[in-house]
Amino acid sequence: MTWVPTGLRARLVITFLLVAVTASAMVAGLGYQLVRRELLDRAERAAVADVRDTLSTITLPVGASDVVWPSDSTVTDDDLAGLVNALSGPGRSVIMTYGDLQHTSPGGHFTMSDVPDQLRWQAGRRLVYQRLRIGNQPWLLVATQIQRVNQSGAKRATGLTAYVFVSLAEEEGVLFRLRTALAQAGGITLTIALTVALVSARRVLLPVRRLGVAARALGSGDLHVRLPVRGRDELAELTATFNETAAALEHTVSELRTLESLSRRFVADVSHELRTPLTAMTAVTDMLTEDAAGLPDDAGEAMLIVVREIDRLRVLVEHLIEVSRFDSGAAVLRRESVDVGDCLADSLEMRGWADQVKLTMPVGLTFSLDPRRFDVIVANLVGNALQHGSPPVLVRARVDRQGLEVTVRDHGTGIPERALPHVFDRFFKAGSDRARSVGSGLGLAIAKANAELHNGAITVERREPGTLFRLRIPRS
Amino acid sequence: MSQFHVEDGRTSRPNHNDRVAGILLVEDDPSVRTGLELALTRQGHSVTTFATGEEALDHVRARRPEIVILDVMLPGIDGVEVCRRIRKLDSLPIILLTARGDDLDVVVGLEAGADDYVVKPVEPRVLDARIRAILRRLESASADRVSFGDLMIDRGALKISLNGREIHLTPTELRLLLELVRHPGQVLNRRYLLRAVWDHTHVADSRLVDACVQRIRAKIEPVPADPVFIHTVRGFGYRFSPP
Repeated sequence: MTWVPTGLRARLVITFLLVAVTASAMVAGLGYQLVRRELLDRAERAAVADVRDTLSTITLPVGASDVVWPSDSTVTDDDLAGLVNALSGPGRSVIMTYGDLQHTSPGGHFTMSDVPDQLRWQAGRRLVYQRLRIGNQPWLLVATQIQRVNQSGAKRATGLTAYVFVSLAEEEGVLFRLRTALAQAGGITLTIALTVALVSARRVLLPVRRLGVAARALGSGDLHVRLPVRGRDELAELTATFNETAAALEHTVSELRTLESLSRRFVADVSHELRTPLTAMTAVTDMLTEDAAGLPDDAGEAMLIVVREIDRLRVLVEHLIEVSRFDSGAAVLRRESVDVGDCLADSLEMRGWADQVKLTMPVGLTFSLDPRRFDVIVANLVGNALQHGSPPVLVRARVDRQGLEVTVRDHGTGIPERALPHVFDRFFKAGSDRARSVGSGLGLAIAKANAELHNGAITVERREPGTLFRLRIPRS
Repeated sequence: MSQFHVEDGRTSRPNHNDRVAGILLVEDDPSVRTGLELALTRQGHSVTTFATGEEALDHVRARRPEIVILDVMLPGIDGVEVCRRIRKLDSLPIILLTARGDDLDVVVGLEAGADDYVVKPVEPRVLDARIRAILRRLESASADRVSFGDLMIDRGALKISLNGREIHLTPTELRLLLELVRHPGQVLNRRYLLRAVWDHTHVADSRLVDACVQRIRAKIEPVPADPVFIHTVRGFGYRFSPP
């Protein structure tokens, strides 16, 4: 598996280093090559010129006349030694050959086997030279057969061949020192480049990271977050844009919140305003109900409709007020330890449901909850079961390690599967048969809000037949 | 929500053998005022109505009603303040008519000395039931006197005195105290007390009990914050155990 650096920081540093290394390697390499070639060329030229000069001063009679060549035997070993001496010098080693004669400079440890065949052959015609590495030392081998020019101007080989080994160790040393120096310079460059890369990456990335943190804060709801804009580069521009966006968002959100709170306030106000006329109407509904019997049939019926609808309106307004209290966050929880059985029995009894509902629970079940809110939950769940379901309506309660569980089960046709997730939505009607609901359409939403105020939840499941609502309230 | 109490409301027809209560109704909205007056009159009560607290206070001073029904939201001095001022003069029973079921209104009202509260819009039979519960005659079956230290309770004359000085309790407070005294040393839970004193069937109204106990303590305890007569049993109820 290959690791590909994905972070901006790593990529920046790597790119920067690559550029720095490539540039300095190219400059150093090019310089080194130039220096090397110049140095070696100069050494070669000097050696060759030296050899040429030395050889041009040869006074040996060999090759001086056509007669003595090639079977001339005037060249002695001493002659060769003289030549070798003339050619020798510090850092040089010479081999002179003439026919079978061969002389090597004193202390010279080279033999003819060190001379490449090709060079030996080429040396027969002209002066040749070649750089060699012998015994791990650099040498320049200059080889030539000495030629004589006769009176007619024709060149003639003398059979006397000089092989001069010129040591290049000094040049090699210079080049080695140069390489070392270049490598050191490269190392320093690399270190500087790395430092610069890290610093600049940090300079670039710090604002980026700061932007990231700020964006996260913005996302999690801190709309006041702003960043200082430094400099005039693209990042500063980006920061400025971020600030503008955050300001715009804050403005929009605060406007939306204002609107939302206004509309919530409006609902609350409307509900409260409705309460006064409803109070007046409710006050006389009992009288109207009593007197309706004495009215003509149609008038009596009309009267009963008014009475019934006033009752519905009363429940609706009450539920609206309750909902707006939750929306404004004004709903508070007052837990106290109560007998759950008493609470359930009271809830059912005071609504006249005691004989329509079968209550099953252990005796003496105590639990810490807000009894008024618990009553609202039970009233809405049971009321819903009685209105929309069919008997028997069963209420069960138990306390386990997690907390209190109350289930309300009816045996009606049930709620369609696709409607289940929405039964707690406000004003949700589960099917056309419920279009004209008896309830306010807010009962289950209120029950759920009350359960959630207890950190609890209400869930709903289909049963064959009917529906099961399950209230869970965890221990406080 | 507490306005569903129907335990006593099945008979909304006036029973003319019941005594006719002199009710003082204070409500600023004319329709609500008239509506409630009509309904209460139909139930056999004698009702006097006022639109402001000031007028009502003048009337209370001039001619004491049997019970006051007070709207909380009144122009001028509000219902809670009216309640407070009446309490300075008199221990006559007061029912608050709260526009909201808001806890704060209820708690403040009960602290100001109200005996009970109903939430608007109230059904007349519920209101009637509450009135009747408050005005129910106190049983003075045992005509004896009991003393608990400085506290003397005359169960025959329905009078309480502390260090020989008479203490004025409202009928509700008196009934609650007598209920507690009748079971000395025994813990009575809020539900039991609600049923016995207020005729409420619902445990959810236990704040009535708490507020009433606070008021009694303020009147009879030497140090109300550190009671010696009525003790709170946390999470359960109250116990009367004199020192």
